[in-house]
Amino acid sequence: MMNIVENFDLFAPRLINKQELLSSGHRACSGCAEVLAVRLMCKALGENTVIASATGCMEIVSSMFPTTAWRVPWIHVAFENAAAVASGVEAGLKALRKKGKIDDRYIKVVGMAGDGGTMDIGFQALSGAMERGHDMMYVCFDNEAYMNTGIQRSSGTPMGASTTTAPAGKISSGQKTWKKNMPDIMVAHNVPYVATVCPSYPLDFIRKIEKAKSIKGPSYIHCFSVCPTGWRSPSHTAISMGRLAVETGVFPLFEVENGHYRVSPDMPKILKPIRDYFKPQGRFRHLTAEEIDLIQERVIIEHKKLMEKAKYLKTGNE
Amino acid sequence: MAKRVGLEVTVAVAEAVALCRIDMAGVYPITPQSHIAEHLSNMVADGLLDAEFVTVESEHSAMSAVIGASGAGARAYTATASQGLLLMNELLPIASAMRLPICMAVANRAVSGPLNILNDHSDIMPQRDTGWISLFAENSQEAVDLSIQAFRIAEDQDVMLPVNVNIDGFQLTHMVEPVEMPTQEEVDQFLPPFVPHATLHPSKPVTMGAFSMADYFTEIMKAKDEAIRNSKKVILDVWEEWGRLFGRSYKPVESYKADDAETLILTMGSMGETAQLAIDELRDKGVKAGLIKLRLWRPFPFAEIKAAVKNTKKLIVTDRAVSFGGPGGPVFSEIKSALYAETTRPAIYNYIYGLGGRDITVHDFVGMFEKVLADTENSSADTYEFWGVRE
Repeated sequence: MMNIVENFDLFAPRLINKQELLSSGHRACSGCAEVLAVRLMCKALGENTVIASATGCMEIVSSMFPTTAWRVPWIHVAFENAAAVASGVEAGLKALRKKGKIDDRYIKVVGMAGDGGTMDIGFQALSGAMERGHDMMYVCFDNEAYMNTGIQRSSGTPMGASTTTAPAGKISSGQKTWKKNMPDIMVAHNVPYVATVCPSYPLDFIRKIEKAKSIKGPSYIHCFSVCPTGWRSPSHTAISMGRLAVETGVFPLFEVENGHYRVSPDMPKILKPIRDYFKPQGRFRHLTAEEIDLIQERVIIEHKKLMEKAKYLKTGNE
Repeated sequence: MAKRVGLEVTVAVAEAVALCRIDMAGVYPITPQSHIAEHLSNMVADGLLDAEFVTVESEHSAMSAVIGASGAGARAYTATASQGLLLMNELLPIASAMRLPICMAVANRAVSGPLNILNDHSDIMPQRDTGWISLFAENSQEAVDLSIQAFRIAEDQDVMLPVNVNIDGFQLTHMVEPVEMPTQEEVDQFLPPFVPHATLHPSKPVTMGAFSMADYFTEIMKAKDEAIRNSKKVILDVWEEWGRLFGRSYKPVESYKADDAETLILTMGSMGETAQLAIDELRDKGVKAGLIKLRLWRPFPFAEIKAAVKNTKKLIVTDRAVSFGGPGGPVFSEIKSALYAETTRPAIYNYIYGLGGRDITVHDFVGMFEKVLADTENSSADTYEFWGVRE
């Protein structure tokens, strides 16, 4: 059999858009899985895309004046309003297209932000934009803390993780709360399409972005984005760490289309123990066996809930 | 030919904005602005206005959405007041730095606390340094005219800055006044279609809102300052043209019986008409009283202010906002600063009045003149006083 890596140019165009819409030369940390996810997202979306980005790592690394890494139209306004800006871009383009002031090609408008910009400070703007039914895709690049400002906790930080504002100490074990379940909150908005993705699974990732792109209405993508800098894990393990998050059930891959749940075929039948995923990460190093057991129990419960939803809320033809 | 109709000011403003053929509006309800949002929605619902009306979930998102739409190349509009304007505050300097010609009505209302829905200028004054062109309307006709002129000024290639039009909440917004509504043909002739120089479109990808560190930031701030200063020429040209087309003239500083006045009072917004009646009353008594009205707040009309007060002995500056622990009301501070280097300048008195909807009558203005005229030693000049406060 031909070696796929050695013959990449032969195979890749069939699997993936060759165009680099996020150029190299950006300032992301080495081993950043988030910037890889953004690159894959752009490839899946293609050039007829407009992106509204929140303040955050991806904004800072890609747009230092007078340079830019973006080959698609891109706008950044502030931290908490990527969804609102995207909704305005969508409304503006819609009006201009209707009046014949721009050509009538279909343009996908995308809002993007980190976990803080989505789950915390940008939560209201996102809820509003999704509820209003704009034809836009929103992607949360979740690296589980405010990494751009220096690893402070967010509502996306997992239980037990040590961050600079919820640090592990003599009487504290880091984050004291369970991670906010954003995909379910978006499902509760009755948007036509919600999916979780991880760039460690590029084909699943691209398929879901393409699916979201095809939806004429709001869609929400929750992207698990490994951050070696913030998680205190080796930078060369960003991809394997993403796979471990999926294999342990910490971050399950699934999609919800018009309320119907479907678990990704990439999900294992039997979950690995979460300690396999916790072990290489400095942010979980302080956890005791009992604390890990507590989190393990929760991961299993959440996984069961998801499996039940997938069983009872599946699409008609499955 | 323009028709003269009786309309509530908010409705007239919405009609004027529709005549500007906006592409998009993003407005969040807030008293006393809401009638603008409602009337725009009605026109969209009835097919009279071909625009996207985005029912945003906050004023922060209203400004965010109009920034997005304007970035996409749409003619975008919003309106707000008070807390809503303060919620937008974060985004106002971003809109001007991105050189987006957004237009906004501010139905001026007191800022909390305590909560108050009535008129003063405490909402717009904190927005002074956001890089927006800022205009004040005195009556219905001006609210309509300025709302149309705003787009022409904002979208001029030599300006490309956002504009806010201040319309006193309730005291002006909710009045039903006769107004000459320009026709669609007249507005089309005055206001050409918006031609943006860069848009968020894949045919020519651009990056908007890049971040800048110390190496460029100062230059960007200087460029914005120059842009708003230079906008004055365009504003004057637009007003000159408006005068020719519609027969109504607009100046950065309007005056009433000011030429030979020994004592002048300065107002902003709807108070001008009441003050005018007070001037008539004082003139009847033989007092050489006059009135100047500051219409253009930003860019500040230094030359016009200097010229307007050149021959006066005393100047009463009225303020409808407080600068707590500061040198006086915000308008007073600006005027004093503008006149500092003048060799002859009037003694300047500052009255803070009309806060949170407190009624101001002709009698109050007459009282201010009497008090200032009685101060022969100018002992209370350069200080400020809360007019009519109970102590």
